[in-house]
Amino acid sequence: MDTTIDPAISVRQLNKRFGALHVLKDIDLDVMPGEVLGIIGPSGSGKSTLIRCMNMLEAPSSGTLSFKGRPVGRRFRSAAGDIGTGELRRRVGMVFQHFNLFPHLTVLQNVTKGPVVVLKQSAAEAEATAMALLAEVGLESKRDEYPAHLSGGQKQRVAIARALAMKPDVLLLDEVTSALDPELVGEVLNVIRRLAENGMTMVLVTHEMAFAADTASRLIFMEAGRIAETGSPDEVLHNPKSERLRSFLSRFHA
Amino acid sequence: MYHWDFYVVFQSFDLFLWGIWATFLYTVGSILIGGIVGLAAAFARLSRFAPLRIAARTYQEVFRCTPLLVQILWAYYALPLLVGYTISNTTAGLLMLSFYVGSFYAEIFRGGINAVDKGQTEAALAVGMSGLQNMRHIVLPQAVKKMMPAFINQSVIQVKNTSLLYAISIPELTYMTAVVNSETYRPLESFTLAGVMYFALLFPLTQFADVLERRMRRSD
Repeated sequence: MDTTIDPAISVRQLNKRFGALHVLKDIDLDVMPGEVLGIIGPSGSGKSTLIRCMNMLEAPSSGTLSFKGRPVGRRFRSAAGDIGTGELRRRVGMVFQHFNLFPHLTVLQNVTKGPVVVLKQSAAEAEATAMALLAEVGLESKRDEYPAHLSGGQKQRVAIARALAMKPDVLLLDEVTSALDPELVGEVLNVIRRLAENGMTMVLVTHEMAFAADTASRLIFMEAGRIAETGSPDEVLHNPKSERLRSFLSRFHA
Repeated sequence: MYHWDFYVVFQSFDLFLWGIWATFLYTVGSILIGGIVGLAAAFARLSRFAPLRIAARTYQEVFRCTPLLVQILWAYYALPLLVGYTISNTTAGLLMLSFYVGSFYAEIFRGGINAVDKGQTEAALAVGMSGLQNMRHIVLPQAVKKMMPAFINQSVIQVKNTSLLYAISIPELTYMTAVVNSETYRPLESFTLAGVMYFALLFPLTQFADVLERRMRRSD
């Protein structure tokens, strides 16, 4: 009897090229259910491209991606054996660096749009879920505001609620605090920390080393399109094996 | 000193009204058909399928780079020789007006769609929307807002362009004015009145476009 658990997301020999630029090189990576995987590394090392490949916003040039043991296909619709990009993205939420809230929709509509359009939920059902999520991120009172009237931190919390409304199995967070004023970073990190405590499977690309240290269950350090080091936050941050990781980290301990 | 006399011209006021009615019908008709043609051409140009892009681009350039009057005359006098049956002036006029405005609309639509931030599409796809759902629920509602001032502008020009239908005897406002003129021998009164009528029709529209544009800039 096979008792092994399938990884939530599994990446095998993944390569990504943009023209002549070889951004990701032979990446092998498993994200296990319940895990919080932090990805750190210098800019241009391929972190964001890797996380964007995990929901097929970028299509890999070669290699395979699997979701819960099912290979991910190139088409929108799921087929025999393959999971389509549509179903993959329904079940793998994403939060972006620049929020990408829908400016023509209110906060509440931003959160309900996906469930109504994609999951065919009734408006009432979607709104009930959305209000519960907005309460969790502390933005119930903003339900009828438009994104233009929110601070960066509020926008990002709405974006997290929007992703959670799809009840995803995995949440991808792509430098979600990088575009925020320093005093607004905390409120967003608190929300993510609470998700981690509740067992949400997450992959987060981040520059917040302290946050990565206490929230991530595992860290990978990327360098020039490869996974250069991997381990517990303690190992990676305090016992770097390579000179490159040492010099990368030294820039954060100023 | 010229002695103005609008009285004789006003006696033919019903002709002007018929003219305005026809101008209105040709404008609305060609904006509707042109809107559909323009939307199709805009999507064709945004397509990943190269032949579709080239076909749409060719259509646009042919209609944008030749005078509308030539197009109308060509459709009415020349096209029948090619296809072997006569084409009514109504059909020729409506068709050419539509395709002409469609070529400009296509550019406006394409520009509006392209002006929507790519992050919007990524966010829509990331919750599992299909390309079509993204277009309908996320991109188009934002694009329509962005393209509205240019769309109204082009439609204002379209009202005026219907006057070229005069050349193939379609009884729109300009043609009717010429009729009144030939009956009354009062060109100054006739054509002045026609000008006033076009102005009264269009000035509110351009003002509306201005208000819309200002309101848009404020909400950005």
